[in-house]
Amino acid sequence: MRPFRYARATDPGAAATLVAGVPDAVYLGGGTNLVDLMKLGVLRPGLVVDVSGLPYDVVEHDPDGGALIGGAVRNHRLARDEGVGRRFPALTEAVLAGASGQIRTQATVAGNLLQRTRCPYFQNTSTACNKRAPGSGCSAIPGVHRDLAVLGTSDACVASHPSDLAVALAAYDAVVEVRRPDGVQRLVPIHELHRLPGATPWIETVLEPGDLITGVRLPPPPAGALATYRKVRDRWAYAFAVVSVAAVLRIEAGRIAQARVALGGVAPRPWRLWPTERALVGTDPTDDEVRAATRLAFADARPLPGNAFKLDLAADLVAAVLRDLRAAA
Amino acid sequence: MSDQPHGEVVLRVNGADQVLAVDNRVTLLDALREHLRLTGTKKGCDHGQCGACTVLLDGERANSCLLFAVAVDGRTVTTVEGLADGDELHPLQRAFIAHDAFQCGYCTPGQLCSAIGMLAEAAAPQDLDDAEISERMSGNLCRCGAYLGIVAAVREVAGG
Amino acid sequence: MTAGTGLSRLEGREKVMGAARYAYEHPVEDALYVWPVAATVGSGTVVEVDAAAALADPAVVTVLDHTNAPRLRPAQIADQLVLQSPAVAWRGQIVAGVVATTPEAAREGAEQVVVRYAERPHHVVLDPADPALELPGELFGGQPGSFAKGDVDAGLAAADVVLDRVYTTPAQHHNPMETVATTAWWSGERLVVHDSNQGPWIAAVGFGQLWDIPPEQVEVVTEHVGGGFGAKVRPTPGAVLATMAARVTGRPCKLMLTRQHMFTMSPGRSATRSRFRLGARRDGTLTAVDHDALQYSSPIHEFVEQTGLATRTMYATDNLRIIHRLARLNLPTPRVMRAPGHTPGMFALESAMDELAYALDLDPLALRLANEPAVDPASGEPFAGRHLVDCLTVGADRFGWAARDPTPGVRRHGRWLFGTGLAASVYPAYQRVATATARAEPDGSFSVSVGAVDIGTGARTALWQLATDLLGSPVEIHIGRSSYGNAPVAGGSSGTASWGGAVRNACTALRERLAGHGGAVPADGLEVTAESTPLPPGRSRHSFGAHFCAVRVDADTGQVRVDRLLGVFAHGRPLNARTAHSQLIGGMVMGVSMALHEQTVVDPRLGMFVNHDLAQYHVATNADIHGLEAHSLERPDDDITLVGGKGIGELGIVGAAAAVANAVHHATGVRVRDLPITLERLRGG
Repeated sequence: MRPFRYARATDPGAAATLVAGVPDAVYLGGGTNLVDLMKLGVLRPGLVVDVSGLPYDVVEHDPDGGALIGGAVRNHRLARDEGVGRRFPALTEAVLAGASGQIRTQATVAGNLLQRTRCPYFQNTSTACNKRAPGSGCSAIPGVHRDLAVLGTSDACVASHPSDLAVALAAYDAVVEVRRPDGVQRLVPIHELHRLPGATPWIETVLEPGDLITGVRLPPPPAGALATYRKVRDRWAYAFAVVSVAAVLRIEAGRIAQARVALGGVAPRPWRLWPTERALVGTDPTDDEVRAATRLAFADARPLPGNAFKLDLAADLVAAVLRDLRAAA
Repeated sequence: MSDQPHGEVVLRVNGADQVLAVDNRVTLLDALREHLRLTGTKKGCDHGQCGACTVLLDGERANSCLLFAVAVDGRTVTTVEGLADGDELHPLQRAFIAHDAFQCGYCTPGQLCSAIGMLAEAAAPQDLDDAEISERMSGNLCRCGAYLGIVAAVREVAGG
Repeated sequence: MTAGTGLSRLEGREKVMGAARYAYEHPVEDALYVWPVAATVGSGTVVEVDAAAALADPAVVTVLDHTNAPRLRPAQIADQLVLQSPAVAWRGQIVAGVVATTPEAAREGAEQVVVRYAERPHHVVLDPADPALELPGELFGGQPGSFAKGDVDAGLAAADVVLDRVYTTPAQHHNPMETVATTAWWSGERLVVHDSNQGPWIAAVGFGQLWDIPPEQVEVVTEHVGGGFGAKVRPTPGAVLATMAARVTGRPCKLMLTRQHMFTMSPGRSATRSRFRLGARRDGTLTAVDHDALQYSSPIHEFVEQTGLATRTMYATDNLRIIHRLARLNLPTPRVMRAPGHTPGMFALESAMDELAYALDLDPLALRLANEPAVDPASGEPFAGRHLVDCLTVGADRFGWAARDPTPGVRRHGRWLFGTGLAASVYPAYQRVATATARAEPDGSFSVSVGAVDIGTGARTALWQLATDLLGSPVEIHIGRSSYGNAPVAGGSSGTASWGGAVRNACTALRERLAGHGGAVPADGLEVTAESTPLPPGRSRHSFGAHFCAVRVDADTGQVRVDRLLGVFAHGRPLNARTAHSQLIGGMVMGVSMALHEQTVVDPRLGMFVNHDLAQYHVATNADIHGLEAHSLERPDDDITLVGGKGIGELGIVGAAAAVANAVHHATGVRVRDLPITLERLRGG
């Protein structure tokens, strides 16, 4: 780990100026991913600006049923918020499905969204990786990519985004609030926060230097909607998703009136299944019909030999989750 | 902001203030182990993947390997060395011995701190069933496979 | 009497208070920190180690590489010859070591070292068609590499049913919670090593050989060890590097391998491929057993996993053939890991027996009972207490096996498919040479010292109980130092029997000496040193057991949850029922973990272990373990070892993975023959 300077930010303006002005500066939130990657030599910042003490650590509930979750809110705190649990249960479930109890006390909402891929080659500086070392090549495509993405990938990168939280946020149509260094607020829909790799996989988000995620705005959930998050993983706790799904469903007269479905573990960002949602509205589908509807969203999938199973698994998982939600309706 | 790659921090560890001059790269874990010679807190993976380094930070469980010491300046840290009241073991420490909740003992300090933090998190610890205790304790790996004893010990102290 | 009772661990209080001291934690002044640099090619030669950037940091004291490292005497295990040549046999091998005044500087120094290589093609795929496969003469334990009895081909020809199947297990890593850690310093020509290992005497012999000094000149201290499972059986390359750094700098040096380092700088378990051909008559009688086992070793050292060893002992047959083949791969030399050979081999055999039962339309339990041998099938020796039938029948009763409908894939409730399976377990009983000293003081107190080590087995407590019972009053027990004399490692489930045998002999002799003195202890005390001896030949000595497993499988996703794993074991009389039980359960937990999670994944192109941390190399968490029960049968078998019991440490893992796989098949109808049982393998079936 390279020696670095450390600054504790007391106001966002000064923090943003520091980070925007120093090319090798980074924000530090909970640190659960940053410290990890610094030890691996993947990130070698010269300046670490600690923003965990900035006043973005509250959850505000709006009278209309919406909420604003501060970017510095710790995952543990978010999971305990009763209003969130009541209105956005899939979000609470997603947070609790992530990492471990002791990571969740530290990890922040903003940090969760900005965490880096768990691609083994990204994390190993002795290998080629276009995301870590632009132009060096992708080791995962000809190598071990079982846990990596099948959607939204490119020839340069097949990294998947590991977040659980982001998947639930996607299903709730969340909007990310970003404070620009000039103090102006910028609103970014959750599904636009992360960029697809294309030819530049090292550019992962639409954020500019010094931009700070100050919060995530949740619009009111659809009235009467049911929601859940289910995570398929290789052990029953403390593992990243192989595939996960967040679903928000409104049923009227036995038919799906509204559906929002997002997948995790399959793409460089939480992956909304827009074609699936459109196909399902107005139907009372069988499991097979849900699977078929899910596959509509996979037309541009780029499965690799080691992870092609994720597409069928995702279709089966969506069918199972919708079946269970509708049974609970 | 300091222009230096090191700084001075004050940590309240097990009830006593400790003033440390540390390289910014020093984690809380290494500050405890190398600088304060409180070696009860263990390093198992150094990446938040095993839980052996779990301490209580302002009463909440945290992986001390993922915290820079400079970032926890002024905070209160309880390590395994701070759980007993003098010679009187914490009830959970006694329960770990009684239920043989460890073999090699290397994950034990982290298990203990994690369990104490976990029980404090729970609204009604006495209502936690074995499956919930298991799930909530899953951030602490035990390679010797003492999970049954760990769950039994935690349940006993939870009062369920 | 304390022996046999569940006395809690002597060091329990220290462990729960964080006061128990592990190797890296021994306080030393003026210590330096050592950080290894790992090779980044799979095969080749180091052309240049450029340490200039690392040395630019004044905190970096020195950088060792093959050009400037002290010379070691050639060792039997080439892995230990750290920095003795520029050759790279596998990716991740130590090619340099940075020594610095802080761990942070040492780590960054290691990042700054630039190593240039002349790279050669590497070979890392275990392939049965590999033309270079070897037929090793011996397995690692010294047994012959091949064995044949009768005529296997004739036996297969005479069979009503022939099963021909291939089972594989991946490379696995022990991942003890404490990584390899060493604090070493030189005091003149005397080497002191506080080391995380499984046997201080064996480590002292190893360090002594490398440094060309007698083992008595090496003091290895292993006060507490954070797990071993085979990873720390001999001086590991990291520990050797620490002794070199101490030699060069003249200061105490501390090294703790990172978790990532552990995958290539300490050993793992070889991947295995077992082809089984089983021939049977309609009534289940085996007419032939043919086990062709493939495993790998590194290019620089021959280690042959004894994958087929259990096959010699399990089932009666007139025609038995076991062949071991060895591939040489550019991967770290594998070594023993919990129940070496038996763990992968019994996954294969016990899966094959389950498949054969289905092929014959027989109950898997009945098939095993139909092939119970009167004597050891390979050696013809009488068994010294077998009790496998008891384990199977008692386990079946406790589990409720009789009510089982054998039809696979038909028990669905909601999203879950349910199933049950069984498998047998076996592990050899050993007793090795060890030395113990028992001493009586004039004040009536006793002390016993033996070069044992407690890696979590409960050995310290068990040995104390044994000595205290023999001497009739509480003794002071001293373990964990090489200066206590010749002693074997905590391995092969033989530690307690071997150390305990020596303790028993020493205490018994001391009691006789005391009696000779009329019970009075002379002013300078009385001291007796005695040895344990290997068990005499002529009998087949093993612990046996049976696992019964119930699983549920998510029909939508293929996720497996073990609901219950019940083991019944016959291992003779344990010295401590509580720690013995924990050992059995711990083995079963590792067995579940092996069945469902564990694999070290190889990237063939890069010649690399890919998933070298605990986020990617999954071991069972607390949430993965439910419904485990271990029961020990009271079958004394007192003639087995000097302490009565047979080995316990490995027995719980052997067969456990097969029981899980057999239950998964029963639940789903899908037979997974390649571990681990991942959801894509289940879904693909």
